[in-house]
Amino acid sequence: MKKILVYLLTVLTFSAQAAESPEGGKFSPGDMIMHHIGDDYTWHFADGLVLPLPVILYGEKGLDVFSASNFYNAQHEVQPYNGYVMDHGHIYYANQDGTPRTQVNAEGVEEPVGPLDFSITKNVASMFVSVLLLFLVFMTIAGAYKKNRGRAPRGIQSFFEPIILFVRDDIAKTNIGPKYQRFMPYLLTVFFFIWFNNLLGLVPGGANLTGNIAVTLVLALMTLLITVFSGNKSYWGHIFNTPGVPWWLKWGIPIMPLVEVIGIFTKPFSLMVRLFANITAGHIIILSLFSLIFIFESIAIGPLSVAFAVFMNFLELFVALLQAYIFTLLSAMYFGGAVEEHDHHPDLGHGDAPHAVAAAH
Amino acid sequence: MNPLVTPSFGLLFWQVVTFLVVLLLLSKFAWKPIMAALREREENIDAALSMAEKAKLEMQALKADNERLLNEARAERERILKEATEAANHLVESARAKATEEGQRMIEQARVSIVNEKKAALTEVKNLAATLSIDIAEKLIRRELQDEQAQRALVQSYLQETHLS
Repeated sequence: MKKILVYLLTVLTFSAQAAESPEGGKFSPGDMIMHHIGDDYTWHFADGLVLPLPVILYGEKGLDVFSASNFYNAQHEVQPYNGYVMDHGHIYYANQDGTPRTQVNAEGVEEPVGPLDFSITKNVASMFVSVLLLFLVFMTIAGAYKKNRGRAPRGIQSFFEPIILFVRDDIAKTNIGPKYQRFMPYLLTVFFFIWFNNLLGLVPGGANLTGNIAVTLVLALMTLLITVFSGNKSYWGHIFNTPGVPWWLKWGIPIMPLVEVIGIFTKPFSLMVRLFANITAGHIIILSLFSLIFIFESIAIGPLSVAFAVFMNFLELFVALLQAYIFTLLSAMYFGGAVEEHDHHPDLGHGDAPHAVAAAH
Repeated sequence: MNPLVTPSFGLLFWQVVTFLVVLLLLSKFAWKPIMAALREREENIDAALSMAEKAKLEMQALKADNERLLNEARAERERILKEATEAANHLVESARAKATEEGQRMIEQARVSIVNEKKAALTEVKNLAATLSIDIAEKLIRRELQDEQAQRALVQSYLQETHLS
């Protein structure tokens, strides 16, 4: 355990140091941190240990697939390649002089133009790794259940079984109710997808996948779509004809339906931002703590920095699980709201507060 | 816009594709068998538990039955013992009564026979005395007929000889 920690810290420190060199001169913590939490066309494990990833472009010249290493010359400087140029982490069409081609958009602002970018970036590659891991782990477990039929779980199966049961019993059953079963595959997948990727993001050299807005956007969108498409009559009834609300707020001035409709979208939006912000913030804090060493240019600050970073790392391990749990729990609650069957009871103007429903049952 | 909050098209595309594939494959090949196995195991455990409960109840019923049988047997034994003691007592009692009665009867018989014997003996003595008296009288009369003196001496001697009991 100690050895792993020391290794972890040295590698993390090392990669932080590595970020300094391309700038050539003054250390800029902001750039280093943004570089670490952002996406990239190469997987930069450490200086000298760089994995160039495939670039896939579709645009004026049709489909183009080549290695990202083509964008760098022997001195690790960025160069245009094949009519494309990489600028600030994006690929654009190149002019003759190697600068990004620009055009004026509809709002009259000049902006660079580029092809559709399907590249396997660092985040995509990291996602593939996590997916392989997910398949490996859960196919093994599924096999174990077949082999070990009706017996007590063992090995990796006994590690994940309580977690699966937790997702089923404490997240799905309690929040969705009797119809929980059809949501189980999504809830389990999203829980383990987020958790695995959160943990992979904490590994030195790992990508900040769950701290990327595109990833959380897709996950939140899934929850939104599932909620909307599994919404029953009573769910839509509660949105457009909220019980317990004076009629003039519904039909006179349609404030309540408006608020409820906005609510459909703000719920997954909060899911998206929460996961993205929590994971990104954790990465920024750890990297900032390491940056202190280089900002003060003193080895004396090292132990303090490392101590704080160790603490943060443990906190992040917890946050990795917590965020996966929260995302799954809230998704389950939204699904639960969509499939809940409301008894037709007189609500006496108190609305359908949970206690009223509980009392009616 | 800040690059952090600008979703990039490529990642969006790959995330949608990958996540859907993962969802589909894991649902089919992992979650379905896992959930089914978990449910089956839970049902088995439930069934086993209710069976154990039933067996316990049966066991209790059996035990109560045994207890009842045992109690019955014990009572039966008690009863039989009591009866036997009573019978024995009765037997002894009746035997004793019979013996006493028999004894009484025999004593009575003996007494009667003693009385009879006594009567017979007395009668015999009386008869003997009478005979003797007659003999003496005969002899006396006979002697008297011969000599007066001799007769008297004879009577005297007879009288001395004869010990009237």
